[in-house]
Amino acid sequence: MTEEIIIAGFGGQGVLSMGKILAYSGIMQNQEVSWMPSYGPEMRGGTANVTVIISDERISSPILTEYDTAIILNQQSMDKFESMVKPGGLLLYDPNGITRHPERKDIQIYKIEASKMAAQMGLRKIFNMIVLGGYMKVKPIVELENVIKGLKKSLPERYHHMIPDNEKAITTGLEIVEEVNAV
Amino acid sequence: MEKELRLMKGNEAFGEAAIRAGTDGYFGYPITPQSEVMEYLMAEKPHERTGMVVLQAESEVASINMLYGGAGCGKKVMTSSSSPGISLMQEGISYMAGAELPCVILNVVRGGPGLGTIQPSQSDYFQSTKGGGHGDYRLITLAPSSVQEMYDFVGLGFEMAFKYRTPVLVLSDGAIGQMMEKVEIDAQVPRLTEEEIRNNYPWATTGRYKGRERNIITSLDLDPARQERHNEALQRKYREIEKNEIRFEKIGCDDADYLFVAYGTSARICQKSMQLAREKGIKVGILRPITLFPFPYAEVEKMAEKVKGILSVEMSAGQMVEDILLAVKGKTKVEHYGRMGGIIPAPGEVVDALEQKLIKG
Repeated sequence: MTEEIIIAGFGGQGVLSMGKILAYSGIMQNQEVSWMPSYGPEMRGGTANVTVIISDERISSPILTEYDTAIILNQQSMDKFESMVKPGGLLLYDPNGITRHPERKDIQIYKIEASKMAAQMGLRKIFNMIVLGGYMKVKPIVELENVIKGLKKSLPERYHHMIPDNEKAITTGLEIVEEVNAV
Repeated sequence: MEKELRLMKGNEAFGEAAIRAGTDGYFGYPITPQSEVMEYLMAEKPHERTGMVVLQAESEVASINMLYGGAGCGKKVMTSSSSPGISLMQEGISYMAGAELPCVILNVVRGGPGLGTIQPSQSDYFQSTKGGGHGDYRLITLAPSSVQEMYDFVGLGFEMAFKYRTPVLVLSDGAIGQMMEKVEIDAQVPRLTEEEIRNNYPWATTGRYKGRERNIITSLDLDPARQERHNEALQRKYREIEKNEIRFEKIGCDDADYLFVAYGTSARICQKSMQLAREKGIKVGILRPITLFPFPYAEVEKMAEKVKGILSVEMSAGQMVEDILLAVKGKTKVEHYGRMGGIIPAPGEVVDALEQKLIKG
């Protein structure tokens, strides 16, 4: 099994940390992982994206132009990455702020109202964990138990009191993700 | 004991490996994309863990000269920087090679020339392997292609540096520095005591004691006959390194009709390109040099006798390809494919280049 994922959105949405938690979850399951961010000027205020690969085998290129899954959190990323999903692959997006919705017919498309839900819950910081929950529902490659272990590893101790909120966000995400069309 | 596994950036792994290897001192100056090395070291407070010194120098020129001083005393010292900063260090590196001083230097390469860009590149191959400073010297050059190797090559680098009394360069790039992968962490190696340093490194300037001969650490000798003898000794040492230390990895070479030669990030890209090419029925393998000096000339030559063509894949205008040509001696066709200025080639692009330059060409 090899899962090649791009997570893309605005800086500050928790794109990089969501990728990190996914990668740590892979390690907890004894898998190989890589986490390759975009870095540099685009980090500051613009778009942020990270390529995460989880595999049972040694990982080849950490940098890709085709993905099994694209998790898309803003319009610029939709414009850039929709076409890069492999045929039969998965596109998961938050429709908040999206003006041009995905149009491909040869991939699975799911949406998740994560930013709306995070605002309703009064927990804007765990927006990314709602999205992660949605992803886990659609592609169950990482176990919840391992994600919680991953969270503990990647969060500094002083934030460990927030783990229950993160867990709640993931379970919310599991519930609210919706299929837009099927292949 | 079960091995400790961590998810780390290449730069962070290098910092942790520095502490674990029993390094005495790190001296550096921040520059993207390697700033996390010193950030990590500062945050870890290695002085409290092992007594290791971490110092932000006033410039790269100062840091390499701090290495000269520390290494002269037989200490395990290291620095890290990225391309423009490594250029500033070249005078000091040449002095250290001349004075036969061990150290480990990390270059997390970014695109050049000049200040260039902060994105990954491999355009410092010539500088690293052919002598970036003046004089007849060589640097042992290790090219990691994973975060684990960023970690492992600190210990290996020091081992070689002290075995041959010569600076060792770890030639990485922005992609390996910035990406995170799983890393196996070793047990702590204790720092050497003053007494161990005196016993292990009798050449070091550790203070005169018990009537020992005076040790002099210098690269200057104005007597041409003696200077020539010194140069001959250095050359004998480099030949010894070429004999003992060549390292490389071969992937999918047994049935290969074509060969990619690539190191570092490019070698990772090529592993994906190899999968894509094989799906199309093109049998291609990869030879990944791990030591760039000493370069695996004999292994490349051996492969040249078996394959229909070799593609050198580098994030540069074509630098390592010159060493491949020297190795191949016309026995097969050699082409180069590269991107510059901080662009990383896509795996599919490399397959296209293979088809156009070697198969159709």
